[in-house]
Amino acid sequence: MGAANYDAIVVGAGHNGLTNAAYLARAGLKVLVLERNPWIGGAAVSREIEKGWIYSNCSYVCSLLRPEIFRDLELARHGLQIVPYGGGVSITSTGDILGNYTDHDVQRREFARHSPRDGDSYQRYSTDVMRQCKFIRPLLLRTPPDPTSLKPRDIREMLFLSKEFRKLGERVIYDTIRFYTMSIADFMNEYFESDLIKAHLSGSGIIGTALGVYSPGTAYVLLHHYMGDVDGSIGSWGFARGGMGSVSKALAAAFTAHGGEIVTDAPVDRVIVRHGKVSGVALTNGNEYHAKIVVSNLDPKRTFTKLFSEKDIGASFMKRARNFKIRGSSGKLNIALDGLPVFTALGENNPLRFGDMHFLDSLEKMEHAYDDWKSGTWSKEPYLDLLMPSMTDPTMTPTGKHWMSVFVQYVPAQIHGRDWTDADREAFKNTVLDQIARYSPNFKSLIRHVEVRTPREIENEVGLTEGNIFQGELTMDQLMFNRPFPGFAQYRGPVGGFYMCGSGTHPGGGVMAAPGANAAREILMDLRRPNPVPEGWRDD
Amino acid sequence: MKPEMLVKEHYRTAVYQTPFHPRTSQLNVLNEWHRWKDYTIADAYFDEALEYAAIRNACAVFDLTPMTKHRITGPDALAFLNRLITRDIAKIKPGRVGYCVWCDDGGKVIDDGTVFHMRPGDYRLCSQERQLDWLTRSAYGFDVSIVEDTHDVCGVALQGPTSCAVLKGIGCSGVEKLSPFAIGWYPFAGGELMVSRTGYTGDLGYELWIDPERAVALWDALFCVGAAHGIRPMGTHALEVSRIEAGFIQAQVDFMPADQAIHQDRARSPFELDLGRLVDFSKPNFNGRRALLEEQKRGSRYRLVRLDIEGNKPARSAYIYDRKRTVVGTVTSAEWSPSAKANIALASLQMPWGLPDDELWAEIYYQRELKWSKVMARCRVVPGAFYDPPRRRATPAADF
Repeated sequence: MGAANYDAIVVGAGHNGLTNAAYLARAGLKVLVLERNPWIGGAAVSREIEKGWIYSNCSYVCSLLRPEIFRDLELARHGLQIVPYGGGVSITSTGDILGNYTDHDVQRREFARHSPRDGDSYQRYSTDVMRQCKFIRPLLLRTPPDPTSLKPRDIREMLFLSKEFRKLGERVIYDTIRFYTMSIADFMNEYFESDLIKAHLSGSGIIGTALGVYSPGTAYVLLHHYMGDVDGSIGSWGFARGGMGSVSKALAAAFTAHGGEIVTDAPVDRVIVRHGKVSGVALTNGNEYHAKIVVSNLDPKRTFTKLFSEKDIGASFMKRARNFKIRGSSGKLNIALDGLPVFTALGENNPLRFGDMHFLDSLEKMEHAYDDWKSGTWSKEPYLDLLMPSMTDPTMTPTGKHWMSVFVQYVPAQIHGRDWTDADREAFKNTVLDQIARYSPNFKSLIRHVEVRTPREIENEVGLTEGNIFQGELTMDQLMFNRPFPGFAQYRGPVGGFYMCGSGTHPGGGVMAAPGANAAREILMDLRRPNPVPEGWRDD
Repeated sequence: MKPEMLVKEHYRTAVYQTPFHPRTSQLNVLNEWHRWKDYTIADAYFDEALEYAAIRNACAVFDLTPMTKHRITGPDALAFLNRLITRDIAKIKPGRVGYCVWCDDGGKVIDDGTVFHMRPGDYRLCSQERQLDWLTRSAYGFDVSIVEDTHDVCGVALQGPTSCAVLKGIGCSGVEKLSPFAIGWYPFAGGELMVSRTGYTGDLGYELWIDPERAVALWDALFCVGAAHGIRPMGTHALEVSRIEAGFIQAQVDFMPADQAIHQDRARSPFELDLGRLVDFSKPNFNGRRALLEEQKRGSRYRLVRLDIEGNKPARSAYIYDRKRTVVGTVTSAEWSPSAKANIALASLQMPWGLPDDELWAEIYYQRELKWSKVMARCRVVPGAFYDPPRRRATPAADF
């Protein structure tokens, strides 16, 4: 079988793999990206499953993508456009609503409609969340320091971190420590009294996470959804024009513009290790590619349990990899529609429909959805994050037609301990469609095609273990210097020349491109090359 | 002038409403307006960021009725315009529009604008500033009629990738074939709608010109058809971001109109505004020709540059330094560009600075929670527009 030599091989053409590869190629390395699917993008893809309809069939919205990387890799010139959508609403079972408005006073009145005090608490809540955002944002494009290390760089980074921490002031430091460990429900109780407001804001605390609103650690997950921005508007979300595949396409264009090479339909079977160092990869078809640097864009569990032989890696490390917390908790429906569904509670022409829609009443109801997951099945009243991107993006469907992206929480990786069957999948689909139809009488009559994605489909097609959207849960035991494993948070693996660049590394998932860039910095540092990755923009 | 603007009691109405006001006032949920000459125009309607996004993603409508307009006709119309304007107007054929500047005798720019060659010999000049005095003075000896018809024609800009699809939907069949700067006429509501493929956003877009009686009907038709194409109203704030991204200049912002400049060094020549391409010495005499020839020989005093500035703090009104030591100019317009994902600015620099290899720095002051901070940010001179999508020029125009 033929063999080809490269300076570095990146396994997986997800957005982080492509970001990593783009930085390495720009630094002058000869880089190869191998992708097992016939298309690139991992979970940031635009797929035409139904003719004429383009779905962002995995990740579907964008906010966390680091603007520094966007600019540095000239993604705008490579065709990437992020369009903010605004709006967003929760609809209750009694037909009331709670809308998102960008105008501060309008938002205050919307809250005051449900509780006059909460209208004013909203200011305190926003300020506190913004403080946490401002604290964490500068850390996203930095490699986490190893707190056990005495290397000058680790000490320097620890000092930076503690300096940022001290800047918060005594009261906020206490709040911050509590914030990182508390539940989203407890956090909401510090501000609000309305059940609907608490539930509405708590959604961001559970998305993609196998935890309930009362589980410790979910407050941080909310922050993870708030710390991004669209053009400086922190907390705003947008669509990638043309679908999330546009992100991957632009990154791939940046990569190939620097001479990079992408091979699709190229599933990697194993990483070749010789004398404790990587020397390349072998594909399932036997082809080998050689390089002294191999970077994995796969999640940490898959990386070490599938690409490596047990013999090449220490036993306790392998145990950690096997136990990496990457539980399946969500699914997705992509629905082609022949027209625009009317939601009874909103009436026609309500601008809130441009954003994310949810059907919920209270934290208790959301916790019941989690109870179903714990007992081994999908939620009978799931939490939905529903958007109609075609209302904003004219490029995704024929004019006048629409598509609906429905993210569904909670969906287990297995049903009562056994694999998903097609019958389960059909029943799951009906649970979701029935919920939507209760709020939109004409919805079902408009359905033209439904793509159902349970953790089974997401794992099999995208390669995310259990279909976990973040490549591993965002809890304190797996964040910062603990991500993915303590002692291995600086993107280097347990074998010489092996690196990790996926969302399973700091700062985690959400289509940020930060893990890929941070990993490139470490690789180039090991090669004694200058740091190519821009620093995060300060905003204080 | 509208008759009611010229009665003794005209002062009772200081600011007028455009013919689109019945619709724009309904849509302006923020109730944010500013004054543009005789009229009130929306700063923003519902959300500046979303209005801007519509320009680059779907389409957005801007009321440009207050734009100063003059109708120029008569046997010497072409000869007159060629005397007035620095570029060769003979090259602007019927059915075409040309961007242009005009200068005083000292070769300093009085204003920039667009010349519409509508029917043969029938011209419209659109400008930011009022020009009747200068036009009339320049017309001495020419057999030409100059009428200000600002208030008799109203207009909207329809800008963005779906703008062509919307126009086709309201009955402008074949509008996709208009090339940039072309004009088309279409029957509309018993009258005639003039459509030019022009705009101030640097994107695919059109300007629509109609008589005031049909203004509301036009607005309604656009929004009825546009609903399926993501149409939104846009205010001046959203337009401003897109015009800086396009690298376009604005009178009173990026240059001081020569006839209003009290200090002579405040005015700028076309060369000093990076508009040298609009000066044609091979055509017959025009206002400012002699001075501009002289300037070409002796060199200009200033250079307008487009700057890509590091970081994300807009460099509004910033001083520009050479190697952090000497002030060599100032920023005239600055914004964060959502489409180019860059921190962009237009600046006027003293010669000889502004060459690609110069080490330029912007001194940026910004305020956060009442605290002022300063950063020195490296600037890179870039040629042309900051954002220039291929759809801007593609003919036939695409549907999105």
